[in-house]
Amino acid sequence: MWGVLAGWLGPAEWEAVRLSARVALWATAVSLPFGIVTAYVLARWEFPGKQVLNGLVHLPLIMPPVVTGYLLLLALGRRGPVGEVLEQWFGIVVAFRWTGAAVAAGVMAFPLMVRAIRLAIEAVDPKLEQAAGTLGASPVWVFLTVTLPLILPGIVAGSILAFAKAIGEFGATITFVSNIPGQTQTMPLAIYSLLQVPGGEDGAARLAIVSVVIAMAALLLSEFVARRVARVVSGS
Amino acid sequence: MTLQLALRHRFAGFALDVDVTAPPGVTVLFGPSGSGKTTLINAVAGLLRPDAGRIAVADWVLLDTKARYCLPRHKRRIGYVFQEGRLFPHLTVRQNLLYGRWFAPRNVTPEPLDRVVEMLGIGALLERRPAALSGGEKSRVAIGRALLSAPRLILADEPLAALDEARKAEILPYFERLRDEISVPILYVSHASVEVARLATTVIALQGGRVAAIGPPERVLGDASAVGAREVASLLRARVVAHHDDGLSELATAAGALHLPRVAGAPGTVIRVRIAASDVILSRAAPVGLSALNILQGTIAEIQPGRGPAARVVLAVGAERLIARVTLRAVAALSLQPGQTCYAILKSVAVAPEDVGR
Repeated sequence: MWGVLAGWLGPAEWEAVRLSARVALWATAVSLPFGIVTAYVLARWEFPGKQVLNGLVHLPLIMPPVVTGYLLLLALGRRGPVGEVLEQWFGIVVAFRWTGAAVAAGVMAFPLMVRAIRLAIEAVDPKLEQAAGTLGASPVWVFLTVTLPLILPGIVAGSILAFAKAIGEFGATITFVSNIPGQTQTMPLAIYSLLQVPGGEDGAARLAIVSVVIAMAALLLSEFVARRVARVVSGS
Repeated sequence: MTLQLALRHRFAGFALDVDVTAPPGVTVLFGPSGSGKTTLINAVAGLLRPDAGRIAVADWVLLDTKARYCLPRHKRRIGYVFQEGRLFPHLTVRQNLLYGRWFAPRNVTPEPLDRVVEMLGIGALLERRPAALSGGEKSRVAIGRALLSAPRLILADEPLAALDEARKAEILPYFERLRDEISVPILYVSHASVEVARLATTVIALQGGRVAAIGPPERVLGDASAVGAREVASLLRARVVAHHDDGLSELATAAGALHLPRVAGAPGTVIRVRIAASDVILSRAAPVGLSALNILQGTIAEIQPGRGPAARVVLAVGAERLIARVTLRAVAALSLQPGQTCYAILKSVAVAPEDVGR
């Protein structure tokens, strides 16, 4: 099936689809633990500066994506403060690499993921967590055995939403890691490039179809899985 | 195992100030809502950290603010039966029951699951989820879950308040079994004097965040300043003699025979009967030609005038006390005096089944 799809798309377009999938999967997977922790902190803790954290998390959602990409470039570029540390200490370079595309996609998708998970955590009755505590579960065990199972539907929904957002990310990606075929040229960037050259419309249309199918599939899957999980979790 | 409760805590508009020590058995925290019962029990469970105080079960210290010591809630080894059950919705009944055992220290042996399941009659529910349980079933599972965590102290916060009368009658006997069959101290919050009468070894009556009275239930329930004049009642110890065909059970008390609507328990069982003071009529002479079946003889020990037109007449019957709430006018008309012999009349139907317990 993949062969048929690859043949229909042509090598450059197929490369873009595969790259997009890899970027979006990594972006979602790596940001998920941070997303859960951030959502938990925002939902359950009271501390000075909470609104600042909340604002920071939501910033990529409301700022122009190009600005987000530019800020990422300033911070994570080879001469940026964070980028320099990453390269010298860990030998990691993200600027103009697919990993950078994943960082940009992850940052842009983060607020959506946190929102979905935070809503799920706020729906968990803290009294259940108290009950688990009185039964001998330490805070970590309370989270793992009570909170986490109960928020699974939210985690699934948040992850799929983040994946869909990551796969369609354009502005921050092109600003941060540029548009290098095979390296940082994800599907939206490939569509954009194809539309810049004469005769590229067919390829653009094919990639557009793939994008729509992936987006629809992600949405349906998230509805299905979230409902399944919710049924198991609520026990009805 | 004695229970030491010494706490001071201040909320907006409310202050709790308690310093009591309760003997082993079931200690009932009794009082109207807003008297601080739940605050106190939550402090014991570690769900609330009081401003100052010391809480200890025998020599197991849970909190000592002077020594800056506060055991976190998951190390307190407390089995808390919550009013709303608080069962985990994503786990089956069996998983709920065994949840606490998972975290219990390795060197203690919790009650065997089979025994608790049998005692609470929940064998058929084990594979179900809480959403598929009735209110009474949830309560029983919640009791079992607390019990199976191998607790050193069981807490129950009005576990019956959310249930209807029939379900209450269903659950109360399980707490009686808990008291009689398992040697773990129980701290039980209630605002129903019926539950006090049936369960308590010791009653702590709370009012406005302070201890109004502490002692055995027959004393605290008879104390108007602790329970309120309208709620005053006596507790009589009675032995079941026979169950008659007309639906009445015959009981023997220190003051004579009692005939009550059918009570549970085989002949020979000793039970306690709660008799509300306002259900008792007094007579100087042995009455004849009455429809009331129960006529108990006693000596007037004390006459306590109330604030209104009523007075409480305390009769000594054997070693126990029977309280009648009558008007001051009646006291004057009969010229009742301490030391006189007096007859207390009680309608059988005035005693409800839930007034009778083991």
